[in-house]
Amino acid sequence: MTRSTWLTLASLVLLAAFLAVAERYGNEYQVRLLHNTAVFITLAVSYHLINGVCGQLHLGPNAFITLGAYTAALLTLTPAEKAANFLLTPLIWPVSEVSLPLAPALVAGGLVAAAFGVLTGFPVFRVRGDYLAIATLGFGEVVRVVANNLQGLTNGPLGLKGLHPLGSLGWSWGVAVITVLVVHRLKNSSFGRAMQAIREDETAARAMGVDTFRHLMLAYVLSAFFFGVGGGLLAHLITTISPGLFSFFLTFQLLIIIVVGGLGSTTGAVLSAIFFTLAGEWLRVVEEPRQLFGLMVPGIPGLRMVIFSLLLLMVILFFRRGLLGRREFTWAAATAWLTGRFRTGAG
Amino acid sequence: MDGLTLLQQLVNGLSLGSLYALIAVGYTMVYGILRLINFAHGDLIMVAAYVAVMGVGLFSWPWPLAAGLAILVTGLLGVILERAAYRPLRRAPRISLLISAIAASFLLENLVLVLAGGRPRAFPAPAWLAGSLELGGLYLPRLSLVIPAVTALSVGALFFLVYGTATGRAMRAIAADWETVSLMGVDVNRIISLTFLTGSLLAGVGGTLWALKYPQVNPFLGILPGLKAFIAAVLGGIGNLAGAVAGGLILGLLEVLIVAAFPTWAGYRDAVAFGLLIVILLVRPTGLWGESLEEEKL
Repeated sequence: MTRSTWLTLASLVLLAAFLAVAERYGNEYQVRLLHNTAVFITLAVSYHLINGVCGQLHLGPNAFITLGAYTAALLTLTPAEKAANFLLTPLIWPVSEVSLPLAPALVAGGLVAAAFGVLTGFPVFRVRGDYLAIATLGFGEVVRVVANNLQGLTNGPLGLKGLHPLGSLGWSWGVAVITVLVVHRLKNSSFGRAMQAIREDETAARAMGVDTFRHLMLAYVLSAFFFGVGGGLLAHLITTISPGLFSFFLTFQLLIIIVVGGLGSTTGAVLSAIFFTLAGEWLRVVEEPRQLFGLMVPGIPGLRMVIFSLLLLMVILFFRRGLLGRREFTWAAATAWLTGRFRTGAG
Repeated sequence: MDGLTLLQQLVNGLSLGSLYALIAVGYTMVYGILRLINFAHGDLIMVAAYVAVMGVGLFSWPWPLAAGLAILVTGLLGVILERAAYRPLRRAPRISLLISAIAASFLLENLVLVLAGGRPRAFPAPAWLAGSLELGGLYLPRLSLVIPAVTALSVGALFFLVYGTATGRAMRAIAADWETVSLMGVDVNRIISLTFLTGSLLAGVGGTLWALKYPQVNPFLGILPGLKAFIAAVLGGIGNLAGAVAGGLILGLLEVLIVAAFPTWAGYRDAVAFGLLIVILLVRPTGLWGESLEEEKL
């Protein structure tokens, strides 16, 4: 094994140790925040695969997250819990009887999302640019409308309640680590190079013999899979889901994360996901009523989103490359930087 | 469905379709010139509705004043939007421009949410629009006559502007090749601002009519008509004005007729447009009257 692999393994052990300590001594809110962070890392990194690496503006992650969330939720609920949920229209037959543990349910969620990725990939990748953006956005809307109306499967607008809460941090962080490693490896493989070539100049990539459709499809379906798994995690984290939860707003959040992180940087997506999960919590303050110099200031709903949209606008207008641009964290660069600092005595 | 019901649904579909057409024209104009889906176009509809609501309901202005102001404010907002969010990105990658448009759309929605609150507001319609005519069993709400009439007038004026004036010729020239046009001494920025102004004024007209038809406004009301109008523009071949009008009418009629023919599908009504979009993309990506996509072929 190379030195980088050792360093990666060592930092994973450190991460595991940190999570174990956090789980043991942290309060419920802190643990929840850690779960949230991991789920958003998963979603942001898979989004980065298609938007950042391949350069195709995909606006339908919320569709795949919905598919994964509902699939996983319907599979983990026990038949009795399902019966209690579906009061108006009974759940259709085969689904009403099965009950699976979380791990296979998450994988199933990912697979269902990936299957829909294959189905929608054909029309979506017939076009590029704005058309692709609007087609994926449309897919998100269709999934939401169908989830609202297909009462026998989704319980319609009432949604599903009483999902089994996500257990240890290992679930969410395990998935996040796997996603990051897979996407990182893929990005640096010959497939990933071809995807980046498509991003830079599709015509040139095709001239070099890159099968554009196949590469874009691979990225799209793989990201759909991770969206599905992430959706399943999200569902079991919040334990109550309804179609309204997975609106375009969710996609917008992910878009902010990857743009601010730097379109094209996996490291940027991870850091930005961590930052936004925490910043989103801090910013909640501005929407809550609070005491300020003895005056009661009423909470202003929507202000958080105003700040977020302004931030996105500022980044895209003035810091077009985001936090990291397309740079990635590498052990070689990190150690070089560290030793350089020690040598000059600047640290 | 007997003949009378069909005719009734055609009337309903025509008024919905006219609204789509009015909004789609704005999309197509901006797309034709900048090659940008102006995601915030739908939110201009919402802003127009809010200005009208605030004017009539809060400040009790006379109706024509409120509507006129709504249209004017929307027009100016479109110009400001182009200056602030799109012009700085004219030489940036297309993906940046599109993200900027999405951000602008979210900003408008949430700014209105902060300023006006999330509670939906009732839209006070003027009395002279409330009634309806009956013609041999056919039920004609006055609004269903006013909407197509206003649309026809607005679109007519637009066609005159685009095909009958020097400004319109400059617009069409920029759509074809703006770099060359700028070398010929045309003030490209001014023409683009004018395009945004015209498209946004039409969105203002559409927004006021939309609020009359669905008299309840909320900060997110522009999203769905915006998306559908875009689909209408794609259906007609984006960049093609007449195509956008035809696409809007087809989409409106189709939506109404499908729900009338299959009442149990009513819940899926909003999915019809997107289903149609997928079909168009598969069969004819450039729309019914679209030109070639100018895609680099190998």
